[in-house]
Amino acid sequence: MLKTLLHTAQLEFTESIRARWFLVYALVFGAVMVLLLVSGLTDSRVMGFTGLSRTLTTYIQICMAILPIFILITMVRSVAGDREAGVLEYMLALPVSLGAWYWGKLLGRYVIVFLPVFLAVVLAVIWAAVRGFDVPWVEFFFSTGLLVSLTWCFLGLGMLISTIAKTSDVAQGAAFTVWLVLLLFLDLILLGAMVREQMPPELVVGISLLNPMQVFRTASMLVFDPELILMGPAAHVILDALGRTGFLIYGFLYPAVFGTLCAAIGFVLFRRGDLQ
Amino acid sequence: MIEFRSVSKTFQRRAVLDDIALRLDPGARVALVGSNGAGKTTLIRCLLGEYVCRGEVRVDGVDPRQDRQGVLARIGFVPQLPPPLKIPVGELIHFSANVCKSDPARMEDIATRLGLNMDAIRTQPFVKLSGGQKQKLLIGIALGRDSDILVMDEPAANLDPESRKIFFDLLSERLDGTVMLMSSHRIDEIAALVNRVIELDRGKVVLDDHVADTVDPSAVQTCKLTLTRSEGALAKSLAEWGFTNGDGVHWTGTVAGPDRLRFLGMMSRYAGLIDSLELK
Repeated sequence: MLKTLLHTAQLEFTESIRARWFLVYALVFGAVMVLLLVSGLTDSRVMGFTGLSRTLTTYIQICMAILPIFILITMVRSVAGDREAGVLEYMLALPVSLGAWYWGKLLGRYVIVFLPVFLAVVLAVIWAAVRGFDVPWVEFFFSTGLLVSLTWCFLGLGMLISTIAKTSDVAQGAAFTVWLVLLLFLDLILLGAMVREQMPPELVVGISLLNPMQVFRTASMLVFDPELILMGPAAHVILDALGRTGFLIYGFLYPAVFGTLCAAIGFVLFRRGDLQ
Repeated sequence: MIEFRSVSKTFQRRAVLDDIALRLDPGARVALVGSNGAGKTTLIRCLLGEYVCRGEVRVDGVDPRQDRQGVLARIGFVPQLPPPLKIPVGELIHFSANVCKSDPARMEDIATRLGLNMDAIRTQPFVKLSGGQKQKLLIGIALGRDSDILVMDEPAANLDPESRKIFFDLLSERLDGTVMLMSSHRIDEIAALVNRVIELDRGKVVLDDHVADTVDPSAVQTCKLTLTRSEGALAKSLAEWGFTNGDGVHWTGTVAGPDRLRFLGMMSRYAGLIDSLELK
């Protein structure tokens, strides 16, 4: 089982690395980091952030905006697209267990999706070392951990959507809608609802912390801004309830668990229904 | 060996398979024919465990949905439409051999016998191969492993006459105890290969005939052909069949036994040009 899973992961990696979407995806993340570095952001000081911390903070915020939609749009084509193209018909006629195929595919896709995001951060570290800036290693590892978790979260969600959707067009529409809802629930709707309905702040913050994008955003802020000054009054609720360390653990675990749960539900549905 | 018991399958309330009952014993070489939408592919997918269906599908008593690996380890499958895989040919063979517990060299050997230059295409993406090359490679993967059930959807459709001859040879090496299920729109494509014809129409079995089993798939017949005059289009077709000539009028060549019907079908288009035709 494990051997087949690894073979499937390798196959997915090799297949994806040749896809056009991957080229665009890798170029976007590479270009974002290069732009941040050459634009002199590392040398600037804004709201107390300077050096590599400043660059990483900006990069992580950009990741939060574009990484989920990139992952969702490319991932949802995975099962639904393979089904349409007849890839599933052939590959699942080989003696591969469904578990090894499904999780192997997810693992292979995870590596290919995470690699450009991670390499961009590594590029920033190398740049900082060459330019003589201090490398904030603790923040670097925390940020990487949060990116690991966010990537897995949206891959799992994408796999679930891809499994449910009958066609890749439907899957893409659903993925975009999910992303939009999560994005809107970052601030706009919640703030509006809070003001209008006079809801208790704990409830509003509690709801927002069910949104993996919001959890990632808050945790990534917390890495560089221990008091969460950037966030305003909501910070009090968060820090009173969980504390900095507690929230960082939550920020890493919750998206990872969310993604795993989505992928697991997707697997159960995939195994129970028509494969092709 | 293979049993379909009251198998039905519906898509959005439309019955694609309707109460199918079939039994295929070892040695059965079945032509599964029918028009588009007759249910051929759906039946194959039920056998491969890819569809949930009503009724029972069993391979030696085992349900393909329950023990996928056990059943699929016994089935060599060639799809009608090759999957658009971007991975290099070498990696596809390596992956298939690994999951089928076979030797990649064995699969490559079959593909080479069918006329593929493996060294030239090993690093090429599978999707970039021509239709015929893809078909040969998929046949190589299906036959280059231990399996006692062969399921093939239009297996020889994209093959040239020479490759078809070799393909028939390969099948004839597996006649004992192997169940072959070959799907096709056209019975003449596979008629001489099979000993049973099952026709589906709108999800029902409308014909289930056992046919004379006298043609050895590996048999080859010598053909001598004399034309009334030389003709360019026919000369091109005959050259594709591997025929040679001295003057454009007298031709000699060989035709694989199971390909006779197909060959004569091609010749019938030029009936007015035939002075004499001898098949031995």
